Amino acid sequence: MISLRKALSSVLALSVVFSVFGVTGCHGSVTRNEFTVPEYFDTSRQFEITFWAKNDTNVNQTRIYNQAIEDFEALYPNISVNLRLYTDYNKIYNDVITNIATDTTPNVCITYPDHIATYISGENTVVPLDNLFTDERYGLGGSELLFESPSVDQIVPQFLDECTINGVHYCMPYMRSTEALYINKTYVEALGYEIPDIVTWDFIWEVSNAATAKNPDGTYAINGQDVMIPFIYKSSDNMMITMLRQLGAGYSDDYGNIDIFNDTTTSILRTVADETALGAFSTFTVSGYPGNFLNAGQCIFGVDSTAGSTWMGPHAPLSDIHESNIVDFEMVVRPVPQYDTENPLMMSQGPSVCVFNKEDPQEVLASWLFAQYLLTNDVQIAYAGTEGYVPVTTMAQESQDYQDYLNDPEEYSIKIDVTNMFLENIGNTFVTPVFNGSTSLRNAAAQLINNTVKSVRRRETIDDEYFANMYEEVTALYRLDQLSASKDSRADLGPMPSESKALLITLGVVWIGIGVYFAYGLVKKRKKS
Amino acid sequence: MKAMKKVLSLAVVAAMALSVFACSADTAETTSEETQAAVDYEYMSYAEYEAAALDTEVTVLCTVMATQSWWEDQITVYAQAFDGDGAYFIYNMACSEEDSEELFEGATILVTGYKSEWEGEVEITDATFEFTDLAQENPMEPVDLTADFGNDDALIAYQNRNFTMTGLTVEASGDNGDAFLYSWDGSGSQGDDLYFTVSNGETTMTFTVESYLTGADTDVYQAVEALNVGDTIDVAGFLYWYQGANPHITSVVEAQ
Repeated sequence: MISLRKALSSVLALSVVFSVFGVTGCHGSVTRNEFTVPEYFDTSRQFEITFWAKNDTNVNQTRIYNQAIEDFEALYPNISVNLRLYTDYNKIYNDVITNIATDTTPNVCITYPDHIATYISGENTVVPLDNLFTDERYGLGGSELLFESPSVDQIVPQFLDECTINGVHYCMPYMRSTEALYINKTYVEALGYEIPDIVTWDFIWEVSNAATAKNPDGTYAINGQDVMIPFIYKSSDNMMITMLRQLGAGYSDDYGNIDIFNDTTTSILRTVADETALGAFSTFTVSGYPGNFLNAGQCIFGVDSTAGSTWMGPHAPLSDIHESNIVDFEMVVRPVPQYDTENPLMMSQGPSVCVFNKEDPQEVLASWLFAQYLLTNDVQIAYAGTEGYVPVTTMAQESQDYQDYLNDPEEYSIKIDVTNMFLENIGNTFVTPVFNGSTSLRNAAAQLINNTVKSVRRRETIDDEYFANMYEEVTALYRLDQLSASKDSRADLGPMPSESKALLITLGVVWIGIGVYFAYGLVKKRKKS
Repeated sequence: MKAMKKVLSLAVVAAMALSVFACSADTAETTSEETQAAVDYEYMSYAEYEAAALDTEVTVLCTVMATQSWWEDQITVYAQAFDGDGAYFIYNMACSEEDSEELFEGATILVTGYKSEWEGEVEITDATFEFTDLAQENPMEPVDLTADFGNDDALIAYQNRNFTMTGLTVEASGDNGDAFLYSWDGSGSQGDDLYFTVSNGETTMTFTVESYLTGADTDVYQAVEALNVGDTIDVAGFLYWYQGANPHITSVVEAQ
């Protein structure tokens, strides 16, 4: 009896010990306290924060980041910002994911809402910003700031909306762009067409078909070359998402319920197949950058981001093709093609900025101050001017400096044209739902278009069976059925670690032991009586 | 009893002798079997691959020269044709992480995919593969393309080949006149691709150290980081193509 009691006591003690390790080891995550805004920022302490910043492989953008850091540090000498540059947004995403597991995330990070949805699956990993937004002293437009920051109301609401997940702001918009239709006007008019203010999908296909006519020697009649892909869409995922949105068809809801596999999607893909078969259409994934083909006179309609405008056109400041291959033509820009010209719709996209939670709330506050600094006019206007971005604050958009920039004849005209087009259409923009898995769905949307184009080029049969099989394959590849099945926004964290298993086993043993002891006591009691 | 022991000893010796001959016979048969096995695979010669139209399915037998980093069940491979007449760039071939560890230099694989062209680079895409036991008895030596430096019309015939060029001079790159850049314009940081410009005294070319092929911890990456404008170097690499020759450099040494 006594030895059994001692044994059970030992097991119980051990289970307590294991439970401590088990909780901390559960699924490899580090439990962090929820961030609370400190009452004041301790300027007597030194802080060193890391800033992971993505640019568009554009050295002017890196110079702006460096200048922003220099100016910020001059205001806050007790905060030192270490910059780490990225040019690939998948790389920054993968590095963040890796560093969440090892609790070595940066302090401030350029990110995208799709990525945030995965980051927040770790508890208190990303700082929710709503309380910071409204803090009287250090929030947006706060009284204790050493710089002029926008108020919440001065952030363009359409851009800010994209930064909410489950009603909470986990990031702030940093820069925004949309897609534009870049057109070789010279060729369109040579084909006998006039470009309308709002181009329709029907117009695109009709002109593109006309451009596939060939000379007797096999060269294309419109350009005398061996190559002509009249319409190239850079982002296949954006193409599918935009067409579905314009047609009011399903894609997904905010909770990750997948609606993309519908008749409208199939109809879109049939059109893609038909136009590819005619030689009228291709994508970046299959053929290459629309800008390269456009500038070589081998494309008539190219859809790409407004943030790629400095690569588009025969007089573009940047080019990947040899100057001897550039063909001179007049280029104009329009919003992306529409089904309904009375109600145009186009995607809003672009980098946002988030703050990662740390043990020291003062460090988080220092990080927030720097993140907020990125929304000041100097940074916003300078960065927007590197490409066809627009500042995310009305404070910057309405400033004289920004107006001067838009009217500067020294600026590349196509960049200014797409910027103005975007500013005129901010009210016509939409964003895609953000949830854990929204990146997978987006990749699936792209896969549908790219697979269809490839299959046509490879002379595969495109019919109902083809689409049914492709939907099945894409669903499996991106695990879309698991996204739909799970309403929980938490990510699948993988197999249970051994510490947790040990804890559960120990607890089970303890309870069995307790049960045995109790039963033994009962039996002994009966025997006595 | 003693007689029994002798009989057993003799039997053991005989068995050992027989096994030696058996193994030798197997080895001889295996060598000829291996040669025969190459013939047993159905694949295109390099000439047939070259003649194939774009967007057609191709099956090639090839030997791995190098691979980029595996990621998410895909890997990009630089390979020579088994018959030694050319080279392939196999983009994002389906590959498990376990298999990627067996795709070392010299591994011979049978690849099925589609012949594609992207920005001028002819490559095999959407490929799958299987391992073979074949040994590459004629590894392709790097072709010396020094004489064709800067001449895309001549270089294109060697697309995807392993190559060397010698006696090149490092020129200044970017606005600050650096010997190399992180990313094409200096917008990157350590770990990103390296770009550097070289000349033969008449014209220039831009070379790349592709970070997924040879990352920051490799000799070539560090060699480029140590370059100075004016250095004379010999290089080796793979003749990748992007809107013209865009070599992926795997070796940079002081000119001999």
